[in-house]
Amino acid sequence: MTPELNPEPSRATASDSVLRQPASWHRRYLFSTDHHVIGIQYLLLALVAVAIGTTLSLLMRLHLVWPDAVLPLHGPILPEDYLSLVTFHGTLMVFFVLTTAPQSGFGNLILPRQIGARHMAFPRLNAASFWISAVALATLLAATFAPSGGSISGWTAYPPLSAIASSGPGQALGMDLWLASIALFSVASTLSAINTIVTVLDCRCKGMSWERLPLTVWGWFTAALLSLIAFSVLLAALLLLFCDRHAGTSFFVPAGDLTNGVLHPAGNGSPLLWLHLFWFFGHPEVYIAILPGMGLTSMLLANFSRRRVYGYRVMILTTLLIGFLGILVWGHHMFVAGLNPFASTAFSISTMAIALPSTAKVLNWLALVWRSRPSYKTPLLFTLGFVSLFLTGGLTGPILAQPILDQYLHNTFFVIAHFHLIMAMAGVFGLFAATYYWFPILSGTRIRPGRLLSEPLGRLHFWGTLIGAYATFLPMHLTGLAGEPRHYAQLTAIPGQAGHLLAQTLPLQRHITYAAVFLALAQLPFFLNLLRSLRHGAIAPPNPWDATTLEWHPALQREPSAQASPSEETIVVYRAPCAYDSAPDQARFLPQWVSGTKAE
Amino acid sequence: MALSPIALELGSSPWSPSSTLSTILSQTLSRILLWDLPKDAAAHGSALDRHLLLNLWIALGLLVIAHLVLFAGLLLRRRASAPGPRRAWLLEYLPLTLLALLFAALTVRAERLWAVARYTGADPAALQVEVTGVQFAWYFRYPGQDAAFGRTDPRHVAPGEGNPLGIDPSDPRGKDDLLSSQLVLPANREVDLRLNAQDVIHGFFVPELRLKQNAVPGQTIHVHFTPTTPGTYAILCSQLCGMGHYRMQANLRVLPPTEFASWLAAKEKAAAQ
Repeated sequence: MTPELNPEPSRATASDSVLRQPASWHRRYLFSTDHHVIGIQYLLLALVAVAIGTTLSLLMRLHLVWPDAVLPLHGPILPEDYLSLVTFHGTLMVFFVLTTAPQSGFGNLILPRQIGARHMAFPRLNAASFWISAVALATLLAATFAPSGGSISGWTAYPPLSAIASSGPGQALGMDLWLASIALFSVASTLSAINTIVTVLDCRCKGMSWERLPLTVWGWFTAALLSLIAFSVLLAALLLLFCDRHAGTSFFVPAGDLTNGVLHPAGNGSPLLWLHLFWFFGHPEVYIAILPGMGLTSMLLANFSRRRVYGYRVMILTTLLIGFLGILVWGHHMFVAGLNPFASTAFSISTMAIALPSTAKVLNWLALVWRSRPSYKTPLLFTLGFVSLFLTGGLTGPILAQPILDQYLHNTFFVIAHFHLIMAMAGVFGLFAATYYWFPILSGTRIRPGRLLSEPLGRLHFWGTLIGAYATFLPMHLTGLAGEPRHYAQLTAIPGQAGHLLAQTLPLQRHITYAAVFLALAQLPFFLNLLRSLRHGAIAPPNPWDATTLEWHPALQREPSAQASPSEETIVVYRAPCAYDSAPDQARFLPQWVSGTKAE
Repeated sequence: MALSPIALELGSSPWSPSSTLSTILSQTLSRILLWDLPKDAAAHGSALDRHLLLNLWIALGLLVIAHLVLFAGLLLRRRASAPGPRRAWLLEYLPLTLLALLFAALTVRAERLWAVARYTGADPAALQVEVTGVQFAWYFRYPGQDAAFGRTDPRHVAPGEGNPLGIDPSDPRGKDDLLSSQLVLPANREVDLRLNAQDVIHGFFVPELRLKQNAVPGQTIHVHFTPTTPGTYAILCSQLCGMGHYRMQANLRVLPPTEFASWLAAKEKAAAQ
């Protein structure tokens, strides 16, 4: 691991600091232990996953509306194909996008910088985590080549459907590959969580007390604590399920279970045990996906409004409280699963309780921008979009948290609308805000300066995505209230009264499909923007948003224009973030790293 | 279905654009006011609907208010400084307290409804029906004259021989059990459903009864309710159960009590032969 001198001819023009790098290309980019490179690797992984996941969701949408359409190179989409699409869409988006990009991607890229560290606590473990995640993604995608196709039991993999190979196509090798993939992902996430926790505990620079940590760091830290608890339980559950499938145990399959002619003679396992273990992971997972975005929202609203986050301690507390309550609410996914009705009441109350810290967050955001006249840069637009979507998706949370209402709404399109707005859309808006905001850091290398993404393309991307998101997911509330269940491969040609009920939802479903296609097309300006701005975007000034947090510290920049020996300077923090002096006309600010007290 | 009253009106009176328009408008309005909920056909349904509609309107109201505050905050002239501690209290802690009280009230109301529906079992006089979910069908079993269900054993399962549930032929209680592919119930009598699943988890969902409960293999789960309005309603599967999940459905027929009695008698007679 010793850095070698390797003056390549092509880099002769760059400054001396370029020379202090590991030798080979693969050391520098492929198996790098540098948090910056690993962060970008994670983001690229998530980008691949989100592109595939979105394509799969479009196939689902198109199939629902035009069930007879024939897919090129594939043929018609059969019911089992549709359920495979459901499974892969959910698995890719939840694990490889919404967990990977905010927590591992931006967590690696930005978190060390924001605490004034030049590396993560365990750089090699970090590289290992990434490569295990990459193998996990490859394993998942390999399942599509299994003889009977990929798994059809959804990302929640309820047994016995997931435990018995005869329960359907894709439940043999396809299911084993799914299990292997998610088990690898759990290992990677657990290791990565340990790394994040130790980094925050141990690598903060001088002066970076707990109360001076940016709220983004609090978000990543809390999410890492949740990851550690949640993914280790998921890993255990996956191993038990694997044993049920191949080692003759029966943790999850009851005696006398008869699936497709295969009798499970003994063992007395309980499918509900899986639901408990899975949702003990699954609900914290939702907060792992959204907590970094919530932290980012506070920081960006303050940055662009030129205001302090008031009640900073309360905001730290609500972050931790959301994390803590997040591990006590898993039973609200199980109100109709056969849980003791008293337990449902208990889980209902803990879930309603989590609405309070979440409400406190939203009120704080509203108060933060109140009469602030912020500057409407694209990162701010996406942050405001996050607030709007978080509200819209969040307000249906307390409805679903009431068991008596859940006994009507559970597993209908109403639930799809709820979690896509609050987790998927708000989560993705957080990611977009992060990308636009941190693009100078993301695009800067030792030989090229960081650049900004184009503002006009950014605005186009924002409005298209916001309108598309609402047009796609709002109508789903209505079809859900009309009683339409999820996971139906087909809405036409169903006999009986069920056929009537489903046929009535078709006009709205058709609209949702058009909106989903629009939403996907609205991402084209983003990709165009990424490709164009990487080389031709405006060169970013050292602190383009007048931010106060350390990721913009000159000594942490990798650009050629930065100081000659950037890694030498000691980083010291003198104050809490967001020290904005809000004079009416000209707002001054003091970054965390600048000594002196003139704006205090 | 929603258009049928218009068709009736067109048939009975001379066509008039204004009356048709007003009918469409009033129907659209009522659909909006009721959020497109299906007809409600169970005794607990109206209380549940009232609570659901209350929740939906509160959520919509809060959504609108929050967005108005957001937009107003963005549009109004910039204040010299951020709100002071007192204003912050007004902006944050007062609404938070009010919302906490609101959520608490909704929770209490919801838990009371839940307690009535689920905390206690059915009346002993309730009609007993067993529901079994199998990939990808629902089977309904009535206990017959002896009011007792025969023992089932997966080794006896033989759908081709008319025994899809595996009723043990050596159990005398099973001799008079009645099997049905549709759930037929009398109106205004409490029903005690016992839910089973043979293979994987299924979800028993009847939108018009505002009722959903998973059927879990290895477990017997009871739910009770009283259907009120005669009619034919959809029973759907609401838990992903395999490739035929989308077509796992059955009809629920709620009959006036006398019609139910004659249906049951005919069923018993047919079984006895």
